Order: sequence, then C-alpha cells, then structure tokens
Amino acid sequence: MDNLLAIRHGEAIGREQIPCVPLARFSAEMSSFIGDGGSIVQLFGHRQGSETRLLAIVRNDGLYALGTVVERNFPSLTAATSEKFHLFEREIAEQFGIIPLGHPWLKMVRYHANETGLPDAFGNDYRQETPGNYPYFQVDGSAIHEVAVGPVHAGIIEPGHFRFQCAGEEVLSLEIQLGYQHRGAEKLLTGVPLKRLPIICEAIAGDTAIGHNLCCCQAIEALAGLSVDRGARVVRTIALELERICNHVGDLGALSGDVAFNPPAAYFGRIRGEFLNLLLTLCGNRFGKSLVRPGGVSQVMTDEQRRIIADKLAEAEPEIRHVCDLLFTAHSVQARFEHTGTVSAEVAGRLGLVGYAGRASGIAYDARVQFPTECYAEVPACRNEMTNGDVYSRAQVRREEIMHSISVIRTMLSDGVDAAGPVLMQERTLAPNAMVVTINEGWRGEVSHCLLTGATGEIERYKIKDPSFHNWTGLAMALRNQEISDFPLCNKSFNLSYCGFDL
Amino acid sequence: MWKVIKNRIEQGCKTSKYPRVPINLYHRYRGRPVVNEDCPMAVVEACAACCPQEAIRAGERCIDLGRCTFCGQCETVADGAFVNFSQDFDMGAVSREDLITDGNLPDLAGHAKTHFKKLFGRSLQLRQVSAGGCNACEADTNVLNTPFFDLSRFGIDFVASPRHADGIHVTGPITKNMRAALLATYEAVPSPKVVIASGACSISGGPFWGSPEIVGDLNSIIPVDLYIPGCPPHPLTTLSALLAFFK
Ligand code: SF4
Ligand code: SF4
Repeated sequence: MDNLLAIRHGEAIGREQIPCVPLARFSAEMSSFIGDGGSIVQLFGHRQGSETRLLAIVRNDGLYALGTVVERNFPSLTAATSEKFHLFEREIAEQFGIIPLGHPWLKMVRYHANETGLPDAFGNDYRQETPGNYPYFQVDGSAIHEVAVGPVHAGIIEPGHFRFQCAGEEVLSLEIQLGYQHRGAEKLLTGVPLKRLPIICEAIAGDTAIGHNLCCCQAIEALAGLSVDRGARVVRTIALELERICNHVGDLGALSGDVAFNPPAAYFGRIRGEFLNLLLTLCGNRFGKSLVRPGGVSQVMTDEQRRIIADKLAEAEPEIRHVCDLLFTAHSVQARFEHTGTVSAEVAGRLGLVGYAGRASGIAYDARVQFPTECYAEVPACRNEMTNGDVYSRAQVRREEIMHSISVIRTMLSDGVDAAGPVLMQERTLAPNAMVVTINEGWRGEVSHCLLTGATGEIERYKIKDPSFHNWTGLAMALRNQEISDFPLCNKSFNLSYCGFDL
Repeated sequence: MWKVIKNRIEQGCKTSKYPRVPINLYHRYRGRPVVNEDCPMAVVEACAACCPQEAIRAGERCIDLGRCTFCGQCETVADGAFVNFSQDFDMGAVSREDLITDGNLPDLAGHAKTHFKKLFGRSLQLRQVSAGGCNACEADTNVLNTPFFDLSRFGIDFVASPRHADGIHVTGPITKNMRAALLATYEAVPSPKVVIASGACSISGGPFWGSPEIVGDLNSIIPVDLYIPGCPPHPLTTLSALLAFFK
C-alpha cells in the first residue's frame, strides 16, 4: 500500500502526482492489494510522451491510483494473482500490443487494430471481417457437441457470439465473444469538440444513458472547476433512479416471459414504458438523453413535472407490488428461478462481480453508498435480503431495488428546490496535465470514466468502463453444468450490455 | 389463479386507440422541428455552431434530421428564434434528401411505393438487425410489442429468421465488425424485400459520426426504402412511419 496514492472520485489531480513506480513494484503492489480483497475500478494503458504507461485505479474502502511504464510486455497478474485482471490485461494487449506474459487466456476483446503499431497481440489481419483469428475453447469427446449462436440473435437484441460445449443438454462450458458493437468510442472522445462528449456518452449504452453521461459530466465539471447546484443534483439523482426502475421492471417482465408466464411479462412491459415516459417528462427523451450537461441539467424540474412524477409513482407502486407478488409466488416461476444459474459468493468474489449480479451473490458493494455522488450521501442504502446467487436472487434484488428507488425519488421530490436554471453545453477550458476518475452506480453496477488531459487541457485519454466488463464472465460461469435451455433465463437475469462492453 | 385474475382486473385494457384516436405527447418531447425562415442569419449561425451533430445547414436554413439527435441545444439559442420542436412525431421519409428539411416533410403515405403497400400492406414480417447502436433504438422498437402499442394488431411482426422476413429494420451505425453479418442477413431475406433505416446512427452514424470504426450510412451498402429519424425514434414515430408506408 505504501506506493498507492489515495484519490477521491470526481476530483481532478495533477498527473505528476500519480506515482509511477518500476514495473516489478507495480506488480507487487497490485498483487497484494487485490490479494487482500481489493477490486479493480480501472486498469488501462495510455501514452505519455513516447512511453506507454499503465494506470491502475483500485478500491477497497477507499480509492487509489498507481502507475508504471511498460515496454513490450509485462508479467500477467491474471496468472499470478487473480482472475479480476483477466479482461483488463486482454484489453491492454489489444489496445497497445503489449503482452501480459503468461496470461492463461490471451484472446482479443473487441477485434480492432492497436494504436501503437506494435505487432498485433493475436496475429490478426484487420482487413478481414471479424472474428479473425479466434480459437474457441473446445471440449473433446465423442458425446460432446458444440452450439454456436450469433452474432445476429433471434430477437430484437444486440449482437454477440456464444459458443456452448455441451454433453447432451448440459453445458460444460460457455465462451462469449463480443466486439460486434465496437464503435471506437474511447478514441472518438479524445478527438472531438467538447460539445459532442455528452451526446457520445449518452450513446455508450442507451439503457445507461444517465449513468454514463453522469460520469462524463462529473469529469468535465472536475476538470473545468464547475459546481452543480442543489436543484440540479436532485434532478440527476431522480433521473438515475428512474433509469434503474425502467430497466429492472423491464427485466422482471422479460424473465417472466422467458419462463412462459405471460401476465407479468405484459404488465411489466407496459409499466416500464410509463417510467420511460417520466424521463421524457423531465427532458423530452425516453432514455434521459439530453438531460445531464456539465454544470447541471438542461431542463429545470418545476412543480408541474414533480406532480406528474409523484402521481405516476402513486399509481404504479401498488401495481408493481401486486405484479411482483404474482410473479414471485407462482410455483412454476419459483421452480425455474430457484437454483438456476447459481454463482456462488466465492466465485463472484473471485471474478469481482458488481451491481445487482454481485449483490445477489452476497457482494454488498454499492457505489451509491461507498462513493456517493449527487444526492446519494443523504439517502438510506438499499438492503438486499436474498443472496443465493441464482436467478431467483438476481430477480429478487431487482424487486428490492425498484422499491428502494421509488422511495429515493419520493424523498427527492419532497425537496422543493428548483435547479438554478437550464445549463447548456459550452466549450470549456479543462485543467492541463490532470487526471480525474468518476464513479456512479448505474443500474447494472459500477460505471466509471477516467480522463487524462494533456499540456493544453486537451483530452489525451478517455477510458470508459461499463459494469458489464466485470459481469460477462459471471454469466459464463453461471451456465456451467446448467441445461442449455436455461441460457435465456440466465442471460436475462444478468442482462448485460454488449455496446457498453464493446465501446 | 386468483392473483392472475385480480391483476388482470387491476390492469384493465391499456392498448391505445391510435391511430383512430390521436395521441398528444408531453410538451417537452421534441418531434418535427418548426424552422423560422425569417430568422436573422447571426442566430442561424449560432445554432449551427452549437449543434454537436453539425446537423444545421446555415446557408440553406435547413436541419438534417438524419444527423440530428433531437438534443434540443439549438432550440435554446435566442429562445428558439430559429428552431422550435413540435410534438409532431410523424417524421418518416422515403429519401435521404427529404430529411434535410426546413421543417416540412413530404407526406409519407403519398410517397410510399404502391407495390410495397400491395405486397406487405396486410402482413409485414421484419427481421431486426442491431448493428452497433446504443440499444435504445432496439429497446424502443421492442416496446411496440407491449400491450400499449400492440404492433401485431396491424399485421406487423418482428420475426426470428431472415428467411421468414419481408425485409430488415436496421439500427446502429453499422460497425465494421457487424458489416458482414448485416449483409449476410440482408442476403438471406427473400426478394422483394424492404430496408428500413431506423435512428440517426443507421442514417448518418449518429453520435458516432466520424469514427473510423463504423460505416455510418446504411444506404451506402444497401439501398434504403424508409428512413425513421430520432435518437432513438419515439415508438410512435416508428409506428406511424410503418403504417403510413405500408398500409
Ligand atoms: S436538436 Fe438537432 S439540430 Fe438542434 S442542436 Fe441538437 S442535434 Fe443539432
Ligand atoms: S440513433 Fe441514438 S438511440 Fe439509436 S442507436 Fe444510435 S445513439 Fe442509440
């Protein structure tokens, strides 16, 4: 711990303050920190002059930063210490061509050329269409068969490829290959005028438009020295909780549909729309796009909007309670939800799952509690009772969070302060040679952005992490030794983002 | 069983009577823009300068709805002296040029190809392809299947296989990594087939315009028959465009 620099989320520091230690020291510090139960918030490469550096942002009860310089390779921490490093190291290899030596599963993450011009870590020729050179894990045996699904799926959903190794109906291994949604968001964010940033961040993952854009706007606020008034913080808190309710309600409906219990699927599908319309009431867009802007919110919430939201909550809350009761007490639902797709607390801890997927396995971490932003320091935390790690628990956590979010919104509505005024996007000067990390508990879990500025305040590196980056591996583990027919159900109980992962 | 019945009674019938009875959206919703052609040039230029999407063509006093994400930023310049967004959600168009607008859009139903109406007017099966978007377009297409909109009452369905489809509905800026899969899906749909570009992304790259990792314009790789602007298009924009184009 001696070398780690304690930092605070949402506060800019000079880049020269970030300790840059020799590689061996960096590895040792990371090993002991993560070995002692710490978690990775960000771990990524960036260019500094002619060097490539690694920057780690890690957390236990606090938040810390540590950097190092790397040449062509570094000893893999996945192999030496913990699976928590595994995707981060693969991402570094893909983005910079720097090899984590001894990595047990060194495969590409999103299929794109690296930016250093070093030989490609995976031997790909990117003039070829995806997935290029990607050896899938295979189980041998005369009774083994392989099922390949995607990238285009049967429903209206995002693209991704799933490879199942099955013995009869039983899944022995599931490998998930993504990257089809890769739009080059991180790179794009470093080259464009500031006015485009919120628009792009709202499109990293549309179902987390508020979560990602909050991270972006809080980072710009820290770098430009902007403060946000109380009224605007209230609106932001309400918006983030509305986003959570929309998604949880929608997912409970979809889970119900996946086990062929149609009434809750229809009711929740409609109720979700009512909450999307509340975001539209706030800002004109059903996903809350255009609402959050650096320095505040683009539209003031007046008594008119407060009343609409309060009335809708009064109407929808009993409906949600009744439909939840219908869903969770149906024996046919219980039979399918319970003991399906179980991720034990031990596995979840090893993989570093976050958000409801983590909490359903007993990992209590909630960024709203530990790293509160906006108005979260004032509201009580959500308590999750059911932590068995199965589909039932992941559904139950959603139910508890919906009720908690409703009460948070009610508390916020009773705070009658209007925002000082609508805030527009303006070009700002950002602090030069600075670094800032922002963290918010999006509906899926910890969303984090990290920005590094250069000598004139230009953004040199924009790093994004969606909670799905931690949790996709959780889904793969949940499927081990399950029936392949339980895949849709397990998948929906996690409902991870493809575009948030692919960036 | 009692719970099912009790909930059924509590829920009632929620399906909207649209299009027989019009729907009025909340006044903060931003639909088809109303453009003031007499606005001073300085204001028009200020609007163009602040637009994150470079969607405003100051010289022609036009807005490109294929690029616009309806963020509302331009409406705040000089109190909406140049642009005001109406609550009119009818914004489908048959050609890219129609989307570059002074606020007026040609009547979609009149411009729709009659052979499509004849072929698909009573039954339209679409295969949705998500190609790099943010999933909000997909989500707001999916809601058309919820009881409020109840898309299938119009004979329109989203199907699982391109072989069963009459056309494709594409969302997202078409990432390089999805190009091949999109083309393969298109190939798999039997002719005659229709192609719908939904959302700013598939029309112009949307928020991701300029990224080297995307194609950015669906029409550049397959010919588009129907454009539905928005970021994402409101479900009613999609529904009204489908009805006007095919019915
Ligand atoms: S609403 Fe459209 S035209 Fe106006 S600023 Fe936003 S993107 Fe540009
Ligand atoms: S058009 Fe907008 S909402 Fe649709 S996929 Fe693109 S960014 Fe998302």
